[in-house]
Amino acid sequence: MNDAESEVVQFDNVGLRYGTDREILSNISFTLFPGRFYFLTGASGAGKTSLLKLLYLAQRPSRGAIRMFGSDIITLPRDRLPAYRRRMGVVFQDFRLVDHLSAFDNVALPLRVSGVREADLQGPVTDMLEWVGLAHRADARPATLSGGEQQRVAIARAVIGRPDMLVADEPTGNVDPEMALKLIRLFEALNRLGTTVVVATHDVHLIRKVPDSLIMRLDKGTLFDPTGALRYPPRRVGAGT
Amino acid sequence: MKKPPVMARAVERGLSPFRGKRAAHLLPRARLGGPMPWVIAIMVALTVLATGGGLALANLVDRASGDLAGGATVQIVEADRAKRSAQAQAAVAVLSDDPAVASVSLLSDGQVEALLEPWLGAGASDESLPLPSLIDLRFRDEADEELIERMRGRLARVAPAARIDAQSTWLAPVLRALSTLRWVAFGLVLLLAFTGAAAVWLAARNALGTNRDTIEIVHLLGGNDNQIARIFQRSILLDAIGGGALGLVMGSGAVILMGAQFAALDSGLVAGGGLGTTDWVILATVPLFAVAIAVYTARMTVLSSLGRML
Repeated sequence: MNDAESEVVQFDNVGLRYGTDREILSNISFTLFPGRFYFLTGASGAGKTSLLKLLYLAQRPSRGAIRMFGSDIITLPRDRLPAYRRRMGVVFQDFRLVDHLSAFDNVALPLRVSGVREADLQGPVTDMLEWVGLAHRADARPATLSGGEQQRVAIARAVIGRPDMLVADEPTGNVDPEMALKLIRLFEALNRLGTTVVVATHDVHLIRKVPDSLIMRLDKGTLFDPTGALRYPPRRVGAGT
Repeated sequence: MKKPPVMARAVERGLSPFRGKRAAHLLPRARLGGPMPWVIAIMVALTVLATGGGLALANLVDRASGDLAGGATVQIVEADRAKRSAQAQAAVAVLSDDPAVASVSLLSDGQVEALLEPWLGAGASDESLPLPSLIDLRFRDEADEELIERMRGRLARVAPAARIDAQSTWLAPVLRALSTLRWVAFGLVLLLAFTGAAAVWLAARNALGTNRDTIEIVHLLGGNDNQIARIFQRSILLDAIGGGALGLVMGSGAVILMGAQFAALDSGLVAGGGLGTTDWVILATVPLFAVAIAVYTARMTVLSSLGRML
């Protein structure tokens, strides 16, 4: 591991349960480093979405410790959490677009929340819609878009602010292979700029497209890390000493 | 492959407020608005009416109390007309000499008959029914029990048939009732304010439920509680301004109409219950309070609900 690297996220013995049910996630420990590309895999019900919810701060764990961008998230007052959420981009499995806003306004939402001036966001949002092939649907409401188009809007919204960490839950599930590859290239481009990318997927072909990625495999709420790569990742080819 | 657009970063992350039109745009107006402007209009109209009534009653009680505080009435209850007249003149002389008395006025027979006309009919005269002589007395200060008792003693020596009563004693039950009504009116104002706040609370909770998905998304994209609360505040502010203005017009119209109706009664007591400039200024502030209560209630409701989210 490069000494200069400091963790983006660190989970230490994290557990999650809803109510009095059994734990959905147990003893989860891993570290996400800046500029790394992670795939989160596992069968349906393995706990991928629950783990992502912990990552994008929609849920507090039942036990354990989570550090994010150098801060202890568990003890952080909730009024300081928005600043951490703004450093992330999230692609939700069900897209979660705002129904009554146009594709343009949905993509612009994170910038507006961050206080970017209207004049400054027109160009980036238009470029982003063009990149995902939806410039001609900028005024369309989500209900009038196909599943694949909605997914592309959701991805555009997640990456428009060039987040420090991108969390995507099955981001290519509804798009054709060509668009899936294009989106993965976009994630890679962000990754090369230093964004840590976490993509939950079942698609092994997609995983093979990013050879330098690290795999996080969940099985029945437990994270497998037999080589310790998730705690001590191998150096990238060409990385400095 | 074309370079992704995010390479050209044009975005600065900050914590500048997310407000104004852009923020309000997040909530569809119809979902939050609905009947709220009308509810606020009705509340404001009723509050203006209750406040107007309370202020009018307060004025009436103050003026009536002030007028009656230094007044007393002396009756010479004597069947024999000559004796009654002699005692009345003696009483006037004694009272006029007293330094505590500001003015003394012996009512003529005609004035006494006019006073009794509503009860006895026109033409009531001393021949058919002996009428007492009446002396209207004004003291320099308040006519308290001690003063009245002293006057009673002085009158007893020159006019044994004289009876003296402070005017405030007669109307005390009426003034107490009016005073109670005044407080009832102000209590009504408080109840209406509470009811208005409750209506806004319900509307805000309903709007929160309806827009939960949008709120969650803004929350997860890094919107803070204040930003989200501002969206609702703005929406309720516009409703409250519109409803408040309409309510003020309706309420003021009703107050003016009722004032005209009471003025037509031509009663001395009721005439004291008019509204002054200050009262109208107070009525004009009712919608401002309604707006403030509505916005504050909406904000607190939203913040309380958001507080339960991570």
